[in-house]
Amino acid sequence: MSDHASEPPVLEITGLCLSYYTRAGEVPAVYDFDLTVAKGESVGLVGESGCGKSTVANGVMRYMGHNGDIVGGTIKFKGRDMAEMSEEEIRRVRGKDIAMIYQEPMASLNPSLTIGQQLMEVPIIHEGVNKAEAFQRAYDMLSAVHIPDPKRLMISYPHQVSGGQQQRVVIAMALLSRPALLLLDEPTTALDVTVEAGIVELIAELSRETGSSLLYISHNLGLMLEVCDRICVMYSGEVVEEGTIDSIFSWPKHPYTQGLFGCIPLPHADKNARPLVSIKGQLPLPHERPEGCNFGPRCGFFEQGQCDKGLIPMEGVHTDDDPAHRVRCRRWEGIDVTEAVRVDEVREPIEVGETVLEVADMRKYYKVRDRSLAALVSGGAVREVKANESISFRAGEGETVAIVGESGCGKSTFAKVLMGLETATDGEVTLDGTDLGGIPVNKRTAAQLSSLQMVFQNPNDTLNPSHSVGYQIGRVIKRFGIERDSVKRKDRVYELLDTVKLPRAFMTRKPRQLSGGQKQRVGIARAFAGNPKTVIADEPISALDVSVAAAVTELLMDIQREHRTTLLFISHDLSAVRYLSDRVVVMYLGQIMERGSTGQIFAPPYHPYTEALLSAVPIADPEVERRRIVLEGSLPSPLDPPKGCPFSTRCPRKLGEICDNEAPPLQTNADRHVIACHIPLEELREVEPVISIPDRDELHAAQ
Amino acid sequence: MVQLIIRRIGMMILIMLVVALLLFLINEGDPRLIARSILGPYAQDQQLNAWVIENGYDRSVIVRYFEWIGRIFSGDLGDSVIYKRPVSEIFWDRLGNTGILAGVTFVIMVLIALTLGVLAGMKEGSLQDRAISVFSIITTSIPEYASAVFLVGIFVFWLGWLPGTSSMTSGFDPVQMILPVLVLTLYGFGYIARMTRASMAEVMTTPYIRTAVLKGLPYRHIILKHALRNALIAPFTVIMLQINWLLSGVVVTEFAFGYKGFGALLLEAALRRDIFVIEACGVAAVFVAVFTQTVGDLGYTYLNPRIRFK
Repeated sequence: MSDHASEPPVLEITGLCLSYYTRAGEVPAVYDFDLTVAKGESVGLVGESGCGKSTVANGVMRYMGHNGDIVGGTIKFKGRDMAEMSEEEIRRVRGKDIAMIYQEPMASLNPSLTIGQQLMEVPIIHEGVNKAEAFQRAYDMLSAVHIPDPKRLMISYPHQVSGGQQQRVVIAMALLSRPALLLLDEPTTALDVTVEAGIVELIAELSRETGSSLLYISHNLGLMLEVCDRICVMYSGEVVEEGTIDSIFSWPKHPYTQGLFGCIPLPHADKNARPLVSIKGQLPLPHERPEGCNFGPRCGFFEQGQCDKGLIPMEGVHTDDDPAHRVRCRRWEGIDVTEAVRVDEVREPIEVGETVLEVADMRKYYKVRDRSLAALVSGGAVREVKANESISFRAGEGETVAIVGESGCGKSTFAKVLMGLETATDGEVTLDGTDLGGIPVNKRTAAQLSSLQMVFQNPNDTLNPSHSVGYQIGRVIKRFGIERDSVKRKDRVYELLDTVKLPRAFMTRKPRQLSGGQKQRVGIARAFAGNPKTVIADEPISALDVSVAAAVTELLMDIQREHRTTLLFISHDLSAVRYLSDRVVVMYLGQIMERGSTGQIFAPPYHPYTEALLSAVPIADPEVERRRIVLEGSLPSPLDPPKGCPFSTRCPRKLGEICDNEAPPLQTNADRHVIACHIPLEELREVEPVISIPDRDELHAAQ
Repeated sequence: MVQLIIRRIGMMILIMLVVALLLFLINEGDPRLIARSILGPYAQDQQLNAWVIENGYDRSVIVRYFEWIGRIFSGDLGDSVIYKRPVSEIFWDRLGNTGILAGVTFVIMVLIALTLGVLAGMKEGSLQDRAISVFSIITTSIPEYASAVFLVGIFVFWLGWLPGTSSMTSGFDPVQMILPVLVLTLYGFGYIARMTRASMAEVMTTPYIRTAVLKGLPYRHIILKHALRNALIAPFTVIMLQINWLLSGVVVTEFAFGYKGFGALLLEAALRRDIFVIEACGVAAVFVAVFTQTVGDLGYTYLNPRIRFK
């Protein structure tokens, strides 16, 4: 660093204010924003949606759209004030000196140009090189981002390659001109965890080589911990706390920062002994921000007369880890923020009752018709996709069973079969003694329908926008024949709204008047309207912000506790799975790789896939140590699965031909802990745990 | 792609045969009606029957249908009842005339519409966009007969620059084409322009255009290389549909300027029940409709790699 002491920092932002102009007038999106990024440094901007973190990136790029503008402050790039640059100069900086990587790789690439064309134009435009050299540069860069067949990729269109590869292409595009600064806007949010792990490693590796500074934007604190040197926590348009990773994670000073930590299911959280603590209330709209501290109305340490007046400046905190740690709170010296998330309430674990749902050897094959002439001639016109292959497990009353796996693993197909949207090809799905596997949803009785309900992933799409909340819940009650009398039905809707902790006034609201978290609560109320025995929750929190997700998770747990509901929790988020489920089923390419209790799954012996999956999840706790395993390659096509073990093409512990050619045996490690793998159990037992969690109490005692 | 083309052409032929059958059944399903239209309103029953037998119309409809199809392929379209001449002598001439008018209009109209549409959609909500949008709405909402009268008033009677009719009595004259082309272009371009504008405006808000901007590409390059190609996919189908309209929908303009075209021929034939002319015109119109639709679909597939390389 000392070599560069004389050089100006790569990016220096002081007092930046960014506004959007809407019909409601000027809406300040970001204000009083300071940030310095030194050469080779990696800085994170973290916060929930709507906090202004992407706006900052757009401001740096001077890409504010037609209704946005920089209204104050300066952005200096390598010492030059960007406000003084002409449009033409800005254009030359973009893509050459400052490059950006986006959240949705598919949407960020032009669908009708080949990847080669899109890569080659960067050096052609910025450095005026000829086509042959541009081709070579693009080709080399694709190899550098570890794309297996760069030649083929150069002439492919974006939709022809997988999501992970698309993101590698976007990264290659950004790095082609070796930018001094790289802006990464949620670069891995749209990707699967194992793919994310590979991308994160790649970015770190390449930025080390090129010496680029990184500005990471994400809502994922665990990821931040891994990739950044320093982070800024943003809330409602301003930075509320900044410091080094160690300092922020060990000594958070702002109640909001601490609140965020309380919302994340860290390994030491426990749904009974140490439940998550959500932040009360919700993010204020930009034009409804309170006087004084923006976080005031949601803060447990709010004090009248002190927190609700004037602009609150950033103050230095000087912790052991970071002398430059700063916080935007007037009361930081007088409060102990850890109190905000301390909950003394210890809940009784639910006792698991009799088996409610039993799935035995369930299979779901889809027939795919190949309409090409060649296939018609050769007779292979109909092929089978094995979306689910011999799925077996059971769930007891009041039990939470998680089904985990990456996209394409067949977990959604499984939910569809349970719900009757698809019928099973073979095997049994027994709910309360009746085999439902072959009964489609329109043939099921009202009782069968109401006893098995679903909470969906995206609350924005699952509520009918033209009906009120009350009508939508009431209709379910009526259809299931639970309450015919309209007055009683209304009472029941009120009760349900109470259950999901929504005000009764929401009865008459339309979905568009609700926030995402509130909509999800309505979705939960709708699912529980018929007193279901079993509820399938398909990624119920993955579309929600951290603090909202915590509240919804707790709500689900509360309702489950009260009604002794069996919960099938479909998720790719292993942190949430570890926190709330009793048993876990790990799926890969339509098959169960491992199943067992949560404790068994998260400790050795692991299935090699489980091991990789566990190691891929970033954990927002610097004390937790994690072994890194990065999977190579991508998910095989379900149309053409490997002959033997489905995981054999990517398995880091592959034995040899046996894995390619023979289906793995089911090995029982302990009671109901089954691993499908050729590697003998003894060998599987020998591996180190992927995640080692230090004993919290011991740590506290040592301090 | 080759497979798709073969399949689409197969479909096209099938549709043509079915529609031609319908056309044939409506016009020649009842032999006595044909006899009536040829022999005139005063013919006796006996005469009609004799005519039917004499001309082979007592055979089954299906046999006659395939015979008819065969004749069409050999270029024999029958004789016009009114002109007392083979239909082919009039028909190709008229079709050619309309082809010239439609072709010239099409090229001019599409060029103007795409240029204006792209200019408008590039910066949604700008003055440029609003001006183009208002102008295209106004011209599209004025029907051809109104704009024909209006333009004739200005250019023929007031300024005296252009001839008021386009009957081409003394051979082909490009000057006589100007007014019909202008009328058709004014009416037709707005639709394509507005489609292009909407498509372009949508493309300009996509993340991949943001990528292109933040890559530091010059604005011209972004529009021409990144936006245009995607923005033209949707209007392409509409453009192909316009060809259809240019063939059979230009009757009004042809009549207004006395242009001896296909639309005018079809209208006359329909009014006077000139069966074989109606059939020939009908088959031609259907062919153009099905053909442009097929080209439209294939072109759409070609332009959109997401469909092309599935």
